[in-house]
Amino acid sequence: MSLDLGVFCKNTLDGEVVDHCFSALFGLAQNSDPSYLDWLMKAWGWTLAVAGLGLTIALILGAVMGTLRTLPTTTSLNRWLIRISTAWVELFRNIPILVQVFLWYHVIPSFVLPLKSLPSYWLVSIALGFFTSARIAEQVRAGIQALPSGQTAAATALGLTTAQSYRYVILPMALRIIIPPLTSESMNLIKNSSVAFAVSVPELTLFAMQAQEETSKGVEIYLAVTFLYALSAFAVNRVMSQIEKRSRIPGFIVSNDASLAH
Amino acid sequence: MLSLDLSFYNWELFTNYILKGLVFSVQLTVFATVGGILFGTFLALMRLSGRPALVYPATFYVNTMRSIPLVMVILWFFLLIPMLIGRPIGADLSATITFIAFEAAFFSEIVRAGIQSVPKGQTYAGEALGMTYGQNMRLVVLPQAFRNMIPVFMTQTIVLFQDTSLVYAIGAYDLLKGFEIAGKNYGRPIETYILAAATYFVICFSLSKVVRKIQAKVAIIR
Repeated sequence: MSLDLGVFCKNTLDGEVVDHCFSALFGLAQNSDPSYLDWLMKAWGWTLAVAGLGLTIALILGAVMGTLRTLPTTTSLNRWLIRISTAWVELFRNIPILVQVFLWYHVIPSFVLPLKSLPSYWLVSIALGFFTSARIAEQVRAGIQALPSGQTAAATALGLTTAQSYRYVILPMALRIIIPPLTSESMNLIKNSSVAFAVSVPELTLFAMQAQEETSKGVEIYLAVTFLYALSAFAVNRVMSQIEKRSRIPGFIVSNDASLAH
Repeated sequence: MLSLDLSFYNWELFTNYILKGLVFSVQLTVFATVGGILFGTFLALMRLSGRPALVYPATFYVNTMRSIPLVMVILWFFLLIPMLIGRPIGADLSATITFIAFEAAFFSEIVRAGIQSVPKGQTYAGEALGMTYGQNMRLVVLPQAFRNMIPVFMTQTIVLFQDTSLVYAIGAYDLLKGFEIAGKNYGRPIETYILAAATYFVICFSLSKVVRKIQAKVAIIR
């Protein structure tokens, strides 16, 4: 079986081979029609945009919810915050991501009217962000609970308030410990962003489906798309391991085992 | 503000649209779990065998599966299987093969971790008793490893059940599809998506409660 990579230089409108495969991206031949390679690159951009926005939402919400779950049960406000954050995690962890995407796309805008004006990739990013935030919250909680209780006790002995001990003692340690599981969650988020095809965001998976149908060069198209997904996930992996190295505190062993998270 | 009316969701709709999808989703989950654990155990044993001819192919397979989005894996199999066998294949069968192959990679990682969690002394003791590698694995290591793995297996099965909704990509009739078609036919897409979410939530939430109970039990035994 031989691969026909020439398909990427074909015009997306009539299937003729164009002069410049990369025409639109490099500003060459502005008037010519885009090639499949142009389309592929644009689709990759959409995937990265959806995943990047989703990751931002997931990290912020996940850190907040995970922290809230570990609050001391001393006041009734705290107990309520624990209940709310626990419900958050259970809710977003137990509904499939595709169903959550449909909820954000088809259902929630009918109740929350301002969402109707948001473009669909925003809604997918919110869905991905909330879904992943539940998983990240669990990692944050595990990281905080993995700290020796002496850390909190020391913070209390120094007269720090609960908020201060989280801000200056607990979170700086816990967030460092959980970088490896956060890495695999971030890579999962890139992979999960493929569900955006279901609400017609023009990202890599939708490109794969449509270009496969148009050109009948499924293997070539899928190979390119698969490679770009793997490359994106690998890039996130490298960036996170740099962050882990830079933020390491000398003298503290930070766990390195890869998480099994899906 | 829109008001919800769920009165259209009755037994007739359930048996006509939802049941078929639910059966398929559960069936897919069971096949993928059983097949995934079987093939996953083989993959794990290959990776732990220490023989390069077995270690590298298994490692390559597992890492490839783990770095591709499941939707793409589903599309790949749906494209490749007909090319290899020379005739079209139904979405249902394609999905089943895909999920077994995909989950094997994930289960193999769980099995590998489970085997490594059994203290080395157990293997040495087995060897001291004159057991072969196969006997040692079958009679000493795997029974202990699987007991430790039960909660992780079940957690993975819940994830797997959620992931079965991704067969949407090739149009197989699963639980989600059942709700979607019912919603279209009854003109109530919003309500059916909510019902779909509620159904998945109830199933997955109750299963995760069960897992927590089992986890506590296994922890005491250990």
